[in-house]
Amino acid sequence: MIDVVVFFFLLGVFARLVKSDLRLPEALYETLSIYLLLAIGLKGGLELSRQPIALLAPQVLACVALGFAIPFMLYPLLRALRLVQADAGALAAHYGSVSVVTFAVASAALAREGIAHEPHAALWVAVMEAPGLVAGILLARWGAAGRDAGPSRWGELMHDVLFGKSVLLLLGGLLIGAVAGDAGMAPIKAVFIDPFKGVLALFLLELGLVAGARLAEVKRFGAAVLVVGVGVPPVLALLGAATGVMLGLSTGGVALLATLAASASYIAAPTAMRIAVPEANAALSITTALGVTFPFNLVVGIPLYIELARRWT
Amino acid sequence: MPLPKYDKTLLVIVAEAVLERALVRDATQLGAQAWTASEVRGAAREGLREGQWEADRTVELKLLCDAAVADAIAEHVLRTYAGHYSVSMHFSPVQVLRPDRY
Repeated sequence: MIDVVVFFFLLGVFARLVKSDLRLPEALYETLSIYLLLAIGLKGGLELSRQPIALLAPQVLACVALGFAIPFMLYPLLRALRLVQADAGALAAHYGSVSVVTFAVASAALAREGIAHEPHAALWVAVMEAPGLVAGILLARWGAAGRDAGPSRWGELMHDVLFGKSVLLLLGGLLIGAVAGDAGMAPIKAVFIDPFKGVLALFLLELGLVAGARLAEVKRFGAAVLVVGVGVPPVLALLGAATGVMLGLSTGGVALLATLAASASYIAAPTAMRIAVPEANAALSITTALGVTFPFNLVVGIPLYIELARRWT
Repeated sequence: MPLPKYDKTLLVIVAEAVLERALVRDATQLGAQAWTASEVRGAAREGLREGQWEADRTVELKLLCDAAVADAIAEHVLRTYAGHYSVSMHFSPVQVLRPDRY
C-alpha cells in the first residue's frame, strides 16, 4: 500500500502534466524545506542523547564510506553508457549524496507499518550528504585539472556543502534535540513533531510539480536516463541494506539505509555540481535524479526496500 | 534650476543563481561599488527557468558603475562563466546625482 503522502506527489505530477496553473509560492517551498530538515533533525536529536557515542561511530563511518563508494561503483557503468567524464562524475555524485525527502517518506512508511528504526537515523542522512559529492567531483575532474579554474574552488565548495542549509539544519536540529531532550522539546512539539506528515505531504505536492516538469525531458535524453534512474536504485539499495545488516541495524534501520543508498540528491548535488563541474550537463543529472529516480523510489522503491529489510533481518 | 547629473552605465547580468556570490565578488574586485540582486524567472536559448526549486533559480544583478568598469566586468563574465552557464548581459546609459557612490 502506497503511503498517503505519495498521492500528493502524484497529484503534483498530474497537475504539471495537464498544464495546471497550480504553483506554490517560492517562499512556501523554502519554508517547508527548512521545516522538514529541522523537524527530521530534532526528532533524531531527541534520541541521540540516549545513545552511547561509541555505538554511533561505526555507523557514521560506514555511512561516510558508503556515500563515498557509490559514485566510484556507478562511474564505470555511466561511462559504459557513453556519458562523457564530466557528466558521468556529476551524475554519480547525485547518487552518492542522498535525498532527505525520500528518507522522510521511508520513515513515514515504516511508521505506518509499525516497523521500528534507530531513532537517530537522521544522523546518517546528515553525514551521507557530502562524501558522495566529493567522490563525484574527483571522478569528474580526474586528469582534467586546470580545465576550469574559474569558480571551482574546493574551499568554497566544501563550505557550501558543509554549511549549506541541508547539513546545517539537520545537524543543528540533531544538536538542539539532543540538548533539549523530551522536557525541552515539549513546548515546540506541537509545531515540529505532530504536523510533520502534513507538511511532508504539502512539500511532496510541490516536488511533484517540479518532477513533472522534468518528466518531459526524459525523452530528450533517451534510454540511458531510464536505465540509470530505475535500474541503479535497487542495486544501490542492496548495498545499503547489506551495510545495515553488517552494522546490526534493526529492520527499519536496514530499510532506511537501503533507501538512503538508493536515493539521489536533488538539492545539494545540483548546486555543488554547477559550481565544481560546470561543463557537466545539469539537465541530464536533474532529470535522472528528480524526474526518474525520485518518483521510482517513492512509488516502487521504498516498499521494495522495506520488504528487502524484512527478509534480511 | 535643474539638478546636476552625471553619466554612468547600468550593467544588468541575468545568470544562474548559483553564480551570484562569485559574480558579486568578481564585480567588486573589478571596481563596482554598488549592486542590487533579485530573483527572476524566464526563458532564454538554453530553455525555461521557472525558479521553482534550488537548482532552477535565476538571479538578476544590477551594477551601476563607470563604462570602463562595466566593460571589464562584462568581459570577465563572458570569459569565465558564459561558456558553461546560462548568462545574459545588457548595458544602459544612466544618469546619477552622486557619481562618487558608483
